[in-house]
Amino acid sequence: MTDATPGRLGKPPTRRPKDLLYSESFRTALYQVALAAGVVLLGLYLYQNVVENLGRQNIATGFGFLDEVSQFEIGERLIDYSSRDSYGRALLVGLMNTLSVSAAGIVVATVIGFAVGIMRVSTNWLLQRIALTYVEIVRNIPVILQVIFWAAVIRNLPAPRQALDLWGLGFLSNRGLTFLLPAAHPAHVWMLAAFAAGIAAASVAARMARRHREATGRYVDMLWPCIGLILGPPVLVWLGFGAPHELSFPERQGFNFTGGATISPEFVALMAGIALYSSGFIAEIVRAGIQATPRGQVEAARSIALRPRFILRYVVLPQALRVIVPPLTSQYVSLIKNSSIAVVIGYPDLVNIGNTVMNQTGQAVEAIAVMMTVFLAISLVTSLAMNFYNRLVAIKER
Amino acid sequence: MTHSAQIEPTGAPVIQMRDVSKWFGQFQVLHEVDLDVGKGERVVVCGPSGSGKSTLIRCINRLEVHQSGQIVVNGLELSDNVKNIEKIRRNIGMVFQNFNLFPHLTVLENLTLGPMLTRHMKKAAAEELAMHFLHKVRIPEQAQKYPLQLSGGQQQRVAIARSLCMEPEIMLFDEPTSALDPEMIKEVLDTMIELAESGMTMIVVTHEMGFARTVADKVVFMADGRKVEAAPPEEFFGNPREHRTRAFLDQILKH
Ligand SMILES: Nc1ncnc2c1ncn2[C@@H]1O[C@H](COP(=O)(O)OP(=O)(O)OP(=O)(O)O)[C@@H](O)[C@H]1O
Ligand SMILES: [Mg+2]
Repeated sequence: MTDATPGRLGKPPTRRPKDLLYSESFRTALYQVALAAGVVLLGLYLYQNVVENLGRQNIATGFGFLDEVSQFEIGERLIDYSSRDSYGRALLVGLMNTLSVSAAGIVVATVIGFAVGIMRVSTNWLLQRIALTYVEIVRNIPVILQVIFWAAVIRNLPAPRQALDLWGLGFLSNRGLTFLLPAAHPAHVWMLAAFAAGIAAASVAARMARRHREATGRYVDMLWPCIGLILGPPVLVWLGFGAPHELSFPERQGFNFTGGATISPEFVALMAGIALYSSGFIAEIVRAGIQATPRGQVEAARSIALRPRFILRYVVLPQALRVIVPPLTSQYVSLIKNSSIAVVIGYPDLVNIGNTVMNQTGQAVEAIAVMMTVFLAISLVTSLAMNFYNRLVAIKER
Repeated sequence: MTHSAQIEPTGAPVIQMRDVSKWFGQFQVLHEVDLDVGKGERVVVCGPSGSGKSTLIRCINRLEVHQSGQIVVNGLELSDNVKNIEKIRRNIGMVFQNFNLFPHLTVLENLTLGPMLTRHMKKAAAEELAMHFLHKVRIPEQAQKYPLQLSGGQQQRVAIARSLCMEPEIMLFDEPTSALDPEMIKEVLDTMIELAESGMTMIVVTHEMGFARTVADKVVFMADGRKVEAAPPEEFFGNPREHRTRAFLDQILKH
């Protein structure tokens, strides 16, 4: 019998310096310190090198150029800008363009992606095949080709004189997409505010309805009341302003249009290219999400007599979203990065303008650093949000 | 509850199946099956794999749709009338081989979901009911855990409690112990035995012949989608009439 009681095992081992070398935690720490030092040294070396080389060629370093006058025009912009503004502001214009084309692309890609993804699991054979064919085409053609393709399609559209008339609502021509818009009116700002207030009110009301149900057992269907709460206030504000209903119609005038709003051919082509490309991937993500909820879950929900609506809301959706949201976000990030293809069709996005800045100032390292930092920031913010979401909804296992 | 008025007097069948047939495409899974289950009766269904046992009981709460014949539960006929389907489902609990607990909800939420959404119970009352049945299946301390944090046996007992929270008159079990390790089978069978003793009407698909012998009022043997034999356990095990029943029993009791 070797019944070892803790105290009987002899004296505790004395630590000799040599033992430290064999300690697992010491080794791990040592490797990390060594790696970090290596990275820092390499960085310093490269930086030194660049500065010396640029100095020898009389090229300025640092970010001072951001305040210098740019001296170039940008055709498409969301904020005021002229050639007398700084390089910094030019880059900001580019960033806004990157964000606006990406935002539009994300909306379009999401709508098409969800529709096609649901078609992929439909029981209708024809729909299923059409969806599959669509997915295979848009996913497998390089996105840059798709963007060039759409640019070519738009360039070959008729000139404004013979523009395609979209049922009187707008025109499609080689000048892009022109469509009618309500004429500018101060009511619009207030309607927007009312809309936001309506959303807030609806979410409060939905929460109250849930409390009510939990307290009394009575279920109140909040779908229509919520829609009313969201759409009602803007409509009321609109009526309050005397229902301004003047519309600004686009009209052909000479070689172009007046009135309405116009989206440039470059914007349309770039947006269509990157959005359709991503929609293929999103469709597959949605399909996987729907199929990931096992049949047994729905059967169990049916066996406790839940109605189809509740099964979707409380059983299927929460599980499907867990599967869909993470890869969906990385699709969004990749769509934003794909928007840099703008360069090839001349849409003034961040990279395109960064390119011009780089050529004019010769400060390639700094210009690229600015662009990389911006894209990195966008990606990091997205993945932070993602991790937060994941932690929120993670299914707890052992 | 409005439908309690329709319950037949004790002993009268609460489930009546007449000439029920079902096809999956060209393949006929059920051939004119007749089955009556009285109130409080315990029926065990056994038979070789693929003989249609699961399909048979899944027709009773319309997880599967039968194509001919009649199924009447508590006087209500199963058709595509959604109101009737809902009423019948509220009255029938079902326990699955793979538990099918909702993994994104806690044990307590799994149990209160049905009572709150379909029986319009207050949250507090639903939780009280849930705790009552968790005590019955002997795992009240697991209420705040998530299903995947429990052992298989515990999960199956939660699944049983989830069905009981609907306070059904009939319980269907589809091989409730086949996915469990041997040491967990007993805890689930014990729960089912207690349920039987409380007078619950039960249809149990199982290969646990010990359970069938001690608990069942009637054992049904299925083969190739047909009801081959139905008899009280003494007769079924002691003196089976059909040679296919005998062959099946020989095989299954050898081990
Ligand atoms: N959804 C379905 N589609 C097509 N065939 C099916 C489907 N479900 C079951 N079947 C077939 O119907 C027959 C009966 O299946 P069922 O699951 O009822 O058998 P079972 O007796 O429960 O078998 P087991 O003991 O393996 O669970 C099997 O041949 C099976 O392959
Ligand atoms: Mg089965």
